[in-house]
Amino acid sequence: MKLKLIPIAALLAATFASPSALAQKKEVVGIAGKEILLGHINPYSGPASAYGTIGRSIAAYFKKVNEEGGVNGRQLNMISYDDGYSPPKTVEMARKLVEQDKVLLIFQPLGTPPNTAIHKYMNAKKVPQLFVATGATKWNDPKKFPWTMGWQPNYQAEARIYAAHILKNKPNAKIAVLYQNDDYGKDYLEGFKAGLGAKAKTMIVKEASYEVADPTVDSQMAQLQASGADTFFNITTPKFAAQAIRRAWDSGWKPVHYLNNVSASPGTVLRPAGLDKSVGLITSRYLKDPTDKQFANDPAVIEWTAFMKKYYPEGSLVASENFYGWCVAQTMVQVVKQAGNNLTRENIMKQAASLKDFTPSCLLPGIKMNTSATDFAPIESVQLARFDGKDWVGFGEVMGK
Amino acid sequence: MSRNNLIVIAVVLAAACVLPLMVSEYRTFQFTLVLVYAIALLGLNMLTGYNGQISLGHGAFYAIGAYCAAILMDKYGVPYWATLPVAGAVCLVAGFLFGLPALRLEGLYLALATFALGVSLPPLLKYHHLEQWTGGVQGISILKPDPPEFLNGLGIALNQDQWLYYFTLAVTVAMFLVAWNLLRGRIGRAMIAIRDNHIATETMGVNNAMVKSLTFGVSAMYTGIAGALGAIAVQFVAPDSFNIFLSITLLIGIVIGGLASIQGAIYGALFIQFVPNIADDISKAAPWAIFGLFLLAFVYVLPAGVAGAIRMGMARLQRKRQNP
Repeated sequence: MKLKLIPIAALLAATFASPSALAQKKEVVGIAGKEILLGHINPYSGPASAYGTIGRSIAAYFKKVNEEGGVNGRQLNMISYDDGYSPPKTVEMARKLVEQDKVLLIFQPLGTPPNTAIHKYMNAKKVPQLFVATGATKWNDPKKFPWTMGWQPNYQAEARIYAAHILKNKPNAKIAVLYQNDDYGKDYLEGFKAGLGAKAKTMIVKEASYEVADPTVDSQMAQLQASGADTFFNITTPKFAAQAIRRAWDSGWKPVHYLNNVSASPGTVLRPAGLDKSVGLITSRYLKDPTDKQFANDPAVIEWTAFMKKYYPEGSLVASENFYGWCVAQTMVQVVKQAGNNLTRENIMKQAASLKDFTPSCLLPGIKMNTSATDFAPIESVQLARFDGKDWVGFGEVMGK
Repeated sequence: MSRNNLIVIAVVLAAACVLPLMVSEYRTFQFTLVLVYAIALLGLNMLTGYNGQISLGHGAFYAIGAYCAAILMDKYGVPYWATLPVAGAVCLVAGFLFGLPALRLEGLYLALATFALGVSLPPLLKYHHLEQWTGGVQGISILKPDPPEFLNGLGIALNQDQWLYYFTLAVTVAMFLVAWNLLRGRIGRAMIAIRDNHIATETMGVNNAMVKSLTFGVSAMYTGIAGALGAIAVQFVAPDSFNIFLSITLLIGIVIGGLASIQGAIYGALFIQFVPNIADDISKAAPWAIFGLFLLAFVYVLPAGVAGAIRMGMARLQRKRQNP
């Protein structure tokens, strides 16, 4: 008979295993004595687990900050959970961080679907969802979502810069656009058209889209070439970007070719496409590239390399994700620093929205982070870069806001 | 059902009822998900445990149910409770239709066919002609239901999570009652008989094809209703929410909980909800390796699932009592 009580016992055990019952009441949420609790969600497993290393490099940077005395004398304690890039899991983990661990904020959730899943929740709970790791434009919407902020240049901002470059250098260009038929592709296209302004209708002579499930973009490329365009804006993810670059070269089209930053990786895109066929491509960037020889002696890259060796020795020195994590973590520290002793969620959001010319060394020279109560997009400027057959070489002024 | 069994069920139900009053909202949300998984696992258990048909694609039915609820709520303003019968009906038909051709497939071949269903659904949800309903990769955000007005009139103040928990609990109890009724009767016996020896069953005059297809349909219906409840609890659906791993997770749940056991669905649901979190707490570097260890331990120590272990333990105890 006693064994029949096992289901009840199991249920009760699961209930009381929750540490929330033991959690103490604190004065300010997320602050325990000399500790600041930061929540973090990252895909350590699942389809996007390649990005898991971002979370590790962020944790390593916070460790470094703590060893050096913390921020305003407080230690940063980051609680990091795995969501496996699965939106329901992101919701669960965000609720755990907010309701059980009682963190001050959630930092750097990765990916558009996971962030979308918690967007309304975070704003309803009034908990900062800071510096999300996605380029969608919707994170910059302080009116409707005053508790969510992006970090990297968003797709529309980036596309506007290509548009500005075309308007300046080739005002009579005939433009063909290839885009992925989803919100990412449409986000870019919208920004591009906004950048061209009234001339968009006449300058864009042909648009073609493809589905992620399509095997190739050959037929789309043929249509675009047949339109007689002399300029090509390539809004594609890595696999299709490689196909389009190769096709544009092989077919003898050879337009002025703008490639979105999403697919600017020499290793995964340009090498498969053919490095010789990639010469002259134009893209944009905002971070220094630790694998780029131009930056080999740059103080930021030297500092980062030393940091990696000391605090994250198992991390890869050629993975740009680790450089990204190091950079975004500095922004987080800056916000906490600015908040001083007033570590409420309201003040954190206020400080995140008052970055003034913040320039960590990881950014390309001339790029600054600026935010305001109506501008929740920290990085809005980029530098254009041209591929010389080996590396991306930056050229021209930093463009954007 | 013996008196003792009734007492145990009453106590478990009472514990389930007071649970959300004793734990945080976040825990309540987690237990709501446990109930959701329990319904889905019960559905899969009918098919795999009772009827012997292996499905590696039940995540697809879960997704269909979830999308039914989300689309109805978001695009047509249907109240959340009314989406459940629709989700169930759609999945019943989908499951039945899928079950018809699947009749020709046995064992591993059926597993592969259902696997195909599980892997092909998420990309289909992103298909651009369906985008106006499915929202593409962006998915659909839905609002969490508020407790009904009349509760306030009665002086009962529940928050959204607690209300949703009780709503889900009521659905779960109803679904379990229906399943219990179905499985202990003529149809349940036919399902088990087909699993154990389908030729003998046919000789006994059972329409094997019909029973198998219907089982597929009912199983899909359960999973679909669970999917709808899950979508309402999570407030969001997207293709990335329903990858093939969901189907595998459901299969893990029924094996751990106990095949061909109604109460096993609850143990399985507790396992798939909580063990990954425990694994993540133990190791950030390799949470799935820890999860694998848990899985191995369970399979070795409890080869008949948790429900089977409890059954065997009780039988042993009874024997001891009879011949001390």
